[in-house]
Amino acid sequence: MRRAVLPVVAVVAMIFVLWYAAAVALNAPWAQDRAKRAGVELSFSELVADTWAQDKPKLPAPHQVVAEIWKTTALKSVTSKRSLVFHSWITLSATLLGFAMGTALGIALAVGIVFNRVMDMSVMPWIIASQTIPILAIAPMIIVVLNAVGISGLLPKAMISMYLSFFPVVVGMVKGLRSPDHMQLDQMRTWNASGNQTFWRLRLPSSMPYLFTSLKVAMAASLVGAIVGELPTGAVAGLGARLLAGSYYGQTIQIWSALLMAAALAAALVALIGVIQRITLKRMGMA
Amino acid sequence: MGWIVLGLVAWIVGWAANVWLARLPKTRSVALAVPVIFGVTLIVIWECVVRGFDISPVLLPTPTAIAVRFAASTGILWQDFVQTVLKGALSGYVIGCGSAFLVAVAVDRFPFLQRGLLPVGNFVAALPVIGMAPILVMWFGFDWQSKAAVVVVMVFFPMLVNTVQGLQATDTMQRDLMRTYAAGYWQMLFRLRLPAAMPFIFNGLKIATTLALIGAIVAEFFGSPIRGMGFRISTSVGQLALDLVWAEIVVAAIVGSAFYGGVALLEKAVTFWHPSQRG
Repeated sequence: MRRAVLPVVAVVAMIFVLWYAAAVALNAPWAQDRAKRAGVELSFSELVADTWAQDKPKLPAPHQVVAEIWKTTALKSVTSKRSLVFHSWITLSATLLGFAMGTALGIALAVGIVFNRVMDMSVMPWIIASQTIPILAIAPMIIVVLNAVGISGLLPKAMISMYLSFFPVVVGMVKGLRSPDHMQLDQMRTWNASGNQTFWRLRLPSSMPYLFTSLKVAMAASLVGAIVGELPTGAVAGLGARLLAGSYYGQTIQIWSALLMAAALAAALVALIGVIQRITLKRMGMA
Repeated sequence: MGWIVLGLVAWIVGWAANVWLARLPKTRSVALAVPVIFGVTLIVIWECVVRGFDISPVLLPTPTAIAVRFAASTGILWQDFVQTVLKGALSGYVIGCGSAFLVAVAVDRFPFLQRGLLPVGNFVAALPVIGMAPILVMWFGFDWQSKAAVVVVMVFFPMLVNTVQGLQATDTMQRDLMRTYAAGYWQMLFRLRLPAAMPFIFNGLKIATTLALIGAIVAEFFGSPIRGMGFRISTSVGQLALDLVWAEIVVAAIVGSAFYGGVALLEKAVTFWHPSQRG
């Protein structure tokens, strides 16, 4: 345990040291400039104190970001438009909806590909090709077009999340459903199992480890999709909207707090899938 | 009505052709023909549905309209391609992958750092790094430098994690053999460990190709000079010039596939010895 934790703690500590140092370096010109206009000479300790406490710094210090997160989560009511919890919830709901749709589509496609030779040969290359298209780039068009036909709110964002998240699921599930080897399939045949029984009793259970691995990737991708999907909606609500509004008004602390919130959300969601994975595989006797 | 019937006919013909082809023995040409027929059928059905149901070009232009627009505005498309792909994505890709590779080789000498950096790198690779875009646009200005910076940040960690893992891919037997040859650190690195790491490195490089394009285009939503694919897409959506948007998407798709395909070809040439390439 100590062998595993200590290096990680050391690396994280190093990142924080670098962050503070970078904050001094990046914010110093502005502090110096202001001091010169006020006609005072800054000592080094004053300079450092100033760079870590500016209103609109180029790079806010970690404690400023944490203070901002604390202020906008714990001290604001959840329904307030200035509450980060409110914005996170909007993004989270789009992420989860898109993730659910993407997972369903991915599993359905994978089952089709494994059981239908025509689908395998015709659809699979296009699924791979579809991911070399930078789909995030057309997110604004999808949002605007869906808005024009009367679909607005949660669904357009969820569609983008779905497009990003179905791919890892398809690839993982196709691999997983094909993972039983000839011996096992032959065994099923000697038991006179139908195709249906082979699927439910052998193929599906043995695909579970692959499914969970790809679900983690899909969840992370789905969050990215939801955030980018919020950019062109006119910046109303959601973490992506906070990013955009922050960049319009130069509110760097706000951008960083939204960014850290998104990171925490991603970490929590992926960790949640990890927990479900461990419980499921344990009960199936696979872990 | 005629268009819808035509679309249905195209669907049935395409489907029947693929079912027939899939029964033939699997040769190279069959494996190529099936997805091509599928794609062509899809485009024909798209054309027929849009014409048959009279869908407004503001919502979904026909493939022919997109092709006409593409041919008419090659000048604009080329200018955007140079700005976004050659200046933004490619320079960021080279800098990001190159520096990640060098850091990985350096980290590899210190097992302590390696054990700490791998979990952190894996964690960061799963984060919505694209959110850094507005910050980097603020730091580096509106031109391509900020787009390259976004691409660097996006490709760095996936590349780092893959390279570090690849450098561990040799087993004790192989390393011991090198030691009996009295190989030094550098000889060991260049003759054994880097070649063995190539499949992992190329995996990272391939993931990074799509990330690079996405990063460069999305970063332009946060501010750009008046050219670039992301800029053109977001402004054309505002002007309801959807055929131009689709033309840009076609460019992005071609560039993305070519970029990925190029790296895959290079991989084939470099890692010809690996089981996955001998198939």
